[in-house]
Amino acid sequence: MTDAPLDPRERSSIIRDSLGVGVATGAYGVSFGAVSVASGLSVAQTCALSLLVFTGASQFALVGVVAAGGAPLSGALTALLLGTRNTLYGLRLAPLLAWRGARRLLGAQVLIDESTAMAITRETREAARLGFLVTGWSIFVLWNLATLVGAIAGDALGDPRRYGLDAAVGAAFLALLWPRLDRPRNRWVALAAAGVALATVPVVPAGVPVLAAAAVALLAGLLTKEPAS
Amino acid sequence: MMWAAVVVTAAGCYLLKLAGLSVPPRVLEHRLVERVADLIPVALLAALVAVQVFARGHEIVVDARALGLAAAVVLLLLRAPFLVVVFGAALVAAGVRLL
Repeated sequence: MTDAPLDPRERSSIIRDSLGVGVATGAYGVSFGAVSVASGLSVAQTCALSLLVFTGASQFALVGVVAAGGAPLSGALTALLLGTRNTLYGLRLAPLLAWRGARRLLGAQVLIDESTAMAITRETREAARLGFLVTGWSIFVLWNLATLVGAIAGDALGDPRRYGLDAAVGAAFLALLWPRLDRPRNRWVALAAAGVALATVPVVPAGVPVLAAAAVALLAGLLTKEPAS
Repeated sequence: MMWAAVVVTAAGCYLLKLAGLSVPPRVLEHRLVERVADLIPVALLAALVAVQVFARGHEIVVDARALGLAAAVVLLLLRAPFLVVVFGAALVAAGVRLL
């Protein structure tokens, strides 16, 4: 880690790459907006989630559990469990970004998968901060605009099942899961978790099967020795 | 109740983000903590897929959503972008219901 200044060519290349990731990721806020109102949330609640929670998997989890008939608070608990991975990202980024005070408080809001990915590989502090901020805030702006568009459109469309939006939720979770299935251990954990969730569906209140599946992660963590990536 | 869940999730998710940037690294450096934290998203997302697609109330059913999921798998194998996967699955499910 050095404090060397950035040359202009590297600076514009980081900005270009970060904006590219920002546009691609921000756009799928449309699907969150549509899926959220289809799950029974209001447009205001949907937009509040994108503004304040701002971490896609957790947002989808909350509305997914509610859509399945679960209690809003078990949806919130699932969302928080998914949000723990951002804590790990923060731990890895802290020495790289080295922010204090207000800049740390502001930066924390855009600490998500993509901003981490665009910062963690940089050689200098300035490059890491630039990649993090441009990626994080461009996603933030677009994600929120796209959420509003999706929520309003979803609201106007009426019965979500006619458009297959209930199937879109499962597809969204699968797409978020997909890149994590690169290791055999993760594939086994995913299969076991899905099995536990389905086995408990008939016997426990909605929302609880997903939380029960988190136990699979705990068990697999205890029983395997494979290091985290 | 829904607004309470929104507020709890917002406050909690922000604090989880801030915590990583703020706590001394050795607090969470424990190998087991790191492994479990790595696996939690995998387990939760897989469970959410299963419940979202195959549960209706307390019943397990195979309906148009399952075909939507199959379409999503095919699109993911073809490396389609996120939006194409999500709306492709919706389109297939909607089409099956029209038949």
